[in-house]
Amino acid sequence: MFSNFDFDIIRRSLGYLFIDGMTFTLTLTALSASGGLILGTLIALMRLSGYKLLGRIAGLYVDLMRSLPLVLVIFWFYFLVPYIGQWVTGASRPISVGAFASSLITFIMFEAAYFSEIMRAGIQSISKGQPAAAQALGLTYSQTMRYIVLPQAFRNMLPVLLTQTIVLFQDTSLVYVLSIPDFLGAASKVAQRDGRLVEMYLFAAAVYFTISCFASFGVRRLQARIAIVR
Amino acid sequence: MNYHWNWGIFWEPSPNGTGNYLDMLLSGLVLTIETAFCAWVIALAMGTVVGVLRTLPSKTASTIGFCYVEFFRNIPLLVQLFLWFFVLPEIVPRSWGLWLKQMPHAPFYTAAIGIGLFMSVRVAEQLRAGIGSLPRGQKMAATALGLTTTQAYRYVLLPIAFRVILPPLTSEFLSTIKNTSVAITIGLIELTGEARAMQEFSFQVFEAFTAATVLYLLVNVVVVTAMRFLERRVAIPGYISGK
Repeated sequence: MFSNFDFDIIRRSLGYLFIDGMTFTLTLTALSASGGLILGTLIALMRLSGYKLLGRIAGLYVDLMRSLPLVLVIFWFYFLVPYIGQWVTGASRPISVGAFASSLITFIMFEAAYFSEIMRAGIQSISKGQPAAAQALGLTYSQTMRYIVLPQAFRNMLPVLLTQTIVLFQDTSLVYVLSIPDFLGAASKVAQRDGRLVEMYLFAAAVYFTISCFASFGVRRLQARIAIVR
Repeated sequence: MNYHWNWGIFWEPSPNGTGNYLDMLLSGLVLTIETAFCAWVIALAMGTVVGVLRTLPSKTASTIGFCYVEFFRNIPLLVQLFLWFFVLPEIVPRSWGLWLKQMPHAPFYTAAIGIGLFMSVRVAEQLRAGIGSLPRGQKMAATALGLTTTQAYRYVLLPIAFRVILPPLTSEFLSTIKNTSVAITIGLIELTGEARAMQEFSFQVFEAFTAATVLYLLVNVVVVTAMRFLERRVAIPGYISGK
């Protein structure tokens, strides 16, 4: 079955695949996850702030992002970011944004919607007595959030946040639609250059599978370890 | 912003000669819905089988279910579609491969099956959770009444479990619709693909994407409304969301 396949192509392109491709994928994943988490937490706080308008805006944003396909969002930001950049910097023409910056902004904005729902659930899972006690101690709203509520919410939601990050890691492969050389993009470039689609795509699938499997195994272990005994 | 807006673009004839740009987007929408529907049928069928497998007492059955779930969950959808579209025809016997390559509408079938299998894992996990959430007494009572395992699932466990998981299934169905857009990478020109094509032909980027966005939102609203209605219809009195 595999007699006329050339699996040596994988060995020859390992450097390109991992040093260029996988670095891009992992950096994009890590930065988008951190950015998405920060922005997502802010959105969750907006929704729970009690200010009607603020909550409404945050809710609309989350609903909008969650009802659109990621591919469409990637295209949106790819074309929109140069214009926003022009508007922010006051330049006379749409500024050019690199592939990495464009996809990073896209993923932060997109993932923030999903992370905000997780953080919202996490914040709501904290019992009412906690912020009440903090208030009784004289802590301000931001101190309550910073020292009492968010650390617990984050800890409770850590497994879910990490699982979402694994999904994000897989979703970064979609930057393929912009012909950006992430791991899959790099594999695909080699595949098309040498006409070795079978070998390269099988290898890419195996790599994604292995990383995601180990990561989700780690998350399960972590979940068992950090569970707070109540 | 010095972008040249032109909202009338939708009524201008499109270069593919079959009407205006709006028709083009709407034909994309139809293809999105068709693909999502076929994928959803596959996802429900396979998801039910695998979800049940994972709850059976048999060790072999749950191991098979576990492997199936891990395989489809840990590979990105895009890579899975590439596997079905580019790799499968090469590794099956030559005559099958030729047949696969010459098949008309190959992107459509690949997308429907690929996305269907990808989503079946999510359905399976929801169903497993749903069956797991039922009180143990249900299964025991069914067994005590003399029902076989098949009958217990068919008449007792599955009808209740599916009602319980209807809300999460709604969001999985919405994910299926959204995931069809990944199929533009294998040449399926659905709604996102048509918006992209319109952008390339007309240079009206934001009008094209706005229209696609509005259409996706409409589909979402329709699906959510329909599912709410269905949820009310099948709700079990005195149970979960029942009256």
